[in-house]
Amino acid sequence: MELVEQMLGSDQLALARLITLVEREASETPQIIKSIYPHTGKSYVVGVTGPPGGGKSTLIDRLTAVLRRKGLTVGIVAVDPTSPFSGGAMLGDRIRMQQHYLDSGVFIRSMATRGSQGGLPRTVRGVIKLLDAAGKDIILVETVGVGQTELDIMEAVDTIVVVLVPEAGDTIQTLKAGLMEIGDVFVVNKADRGGAENLVAELEAMLHQNLKQTWWEVPALTAQAANDIGIEELYERIESHHQALQQMGKLDLKRCEQRKKELTNMIGTKITSKFSELINEGGEFTRYLEIVERGELDPYSVWEEIIYDRVLLRTWMRRLEEEIR
Amino acid sequence: MARFIKVLVAKPGLDGHDRGAKVLTLGLRDEGFEVIYTGLRQSPEKIVQAALQEDVDVVGLSCLSGAHSYLFPKVVGLLKEKKRDDVLVIGGGIIPPEDVPHLQEEGIAGIFGPGSSIGKIAEFIRENVRERAA
Repeated sequence: MELVEQMLGSDQLALARLITLVEREASETPQIIKSIYPHTGKSYVVGVTGPPGGGKSTLIDRLTAVLRRKGLTVGIVAVDPTSPFSGGAMLGDRIRMQQHYLDSGVFIRSMATRGSQGGLPRTVRGVIKLLDAAGKDIILVETVGVGQTELDIMEAVDTIVVVLVPEAGDTIQTLKAGLMEIGDVFVVNKADRGGAENLVAELEAMLHQNLKQTWWEVPALTAQAANDIGIEELYERIESHHQALQQMGKLDLKRCEQRKKELTNMIGTKITSKFSELINEGGEFTRYLEIVERGELDPYSVWEEIIYDRVLLRTWMRRLEEEIR
Repeated sequence: MARFIKVLVAKPGLDGHDRGAKVLTLGLRDEGFEVIYTGLRQSPEKIVQAALQEDVDVVGLSCLSGAHSYLFPKVVGLLKEKKRDDVLVIGGGIIPPEDVPHLQEEGIAGIFGPGSSIGKIAEFIRENVRERAA
C-alpha cells in the first residue's frame, strides 16, 4: 500500500491517515495490518491508567520530556470516553502535552472509545502497531480515567503504571481487586497534597503481602508531575521493569499471551456485534421478543424455548455465516 | 463503517478568553462530534501540527484579540503547505463584518460571531465537511 510505504518513510501525514482508517475499522484495515506486521514488535509499550483527574496526561507529558532527553522517540495514544448519549467526545488529554507539539520525535494521537466498553477502544492495538511500525522507541498509552475494573490495558502493553492521588483511600481500598492488582509501578501523584506518604506506605504493605512474582517487586513512588518532581525516578522504575521482564524471558511470554488474546477478543467482538444486528432485525425472533415485551413470560422461560427452536437457530447460524464474510 | 467527524477547536494568538471556545467544544460534543481543544495561546504552527497528527476534518479558530486577519489565513496557508487543504476551516470570535469577505477569500469557509447557535454551526460543518477517499 502506498500509504504504508509513505509511513515507513516517516511521513506523519500518512501515519495520521492510517490511524484514522484503522480507528474507523475501514475495509482497508486487514490490508494495512498485514503490510505493517513485519515492522512491528520493536517499540516498548507503557500503559498509564488510574482514576480521572489523577494527572495521567501531565505525567505523560513530563515523562515524554525525560524520554526525549535520552534520545528516544515517543508515540502517545491518549484515550477519552465517547458519550453514550450523543456519540460525541471531548478529547482533552493533548492540552497537557503542548511542549511536544513541534517536536518531530513525538507523535500524539487522541482517540475516543467509540463503541468499546472499558478504558480503551478495541482498535487501540492496531493503532499501537502503526506507531510501532513507524519506528517510535516508546509508546505511551493513556487510558480513559478508569474505575476499578476497566483492565483491558493489561492486554495491550508491556508495563502498566497506575496513577493515584493522595486522597485515593485507606487500607481497604488498597486491598480491593482490579486496579490495585495490575500495576507494575504505582505512582501517587500530586504528592504536594497531604497523605501521599501514607498512601505509599499502605500500597507497600499491600504489595509486600501480595508478591505476584519473585523477580519484580512492584514499587510505589510519589510524584508531582506539574512541578516536574519524581519523573526521572518513574522513568528508572519503568526501565527496570523492562529489564526484569527481558532478563526473565517474560516479555516474550507476555506478548505471546497478548497476541492470543487479541485474536480471541477479535473473534468474540465481531461475532457478537454481527449477532446483535441479526437479533435486532427481528424476523422469526420477533415472536419471542413480543412475548417478553408484553410480560407474558419471563426471559428465562423464553430462553429455554429459543434453545430448542431448531428452525430459528439454523436461520441464525446461516445468516451469521453470510454476514460475517 | 461509522463516520465520525473530528474537530480541532483552537485559540491562535495571545488573547486569554476561551469561554466561547469551550462552549463550542461542549456543544459540538453534544452534537456527536469528536472534539479536541488545544488550549490558549497557540501558534498557527502548533495548531496545524495538531490538526495533522489528529487527522481532523475541521479546524475551528477562535480569536478575540483582533489579530484574526493575520492568524486565520496563516493557519489555512500552513494546512495547504502540509497537504491538508481538504480541512474545513471555520472561525469565530470578535470579527468585524467588514473583515469577513477577506477571510472568506483566504479560505475560511464560515465565520460565526457571538450569538451564533451551536445547531447552526453543526449543520454548517455537516454540510461542508469534505468526504475523503483515503
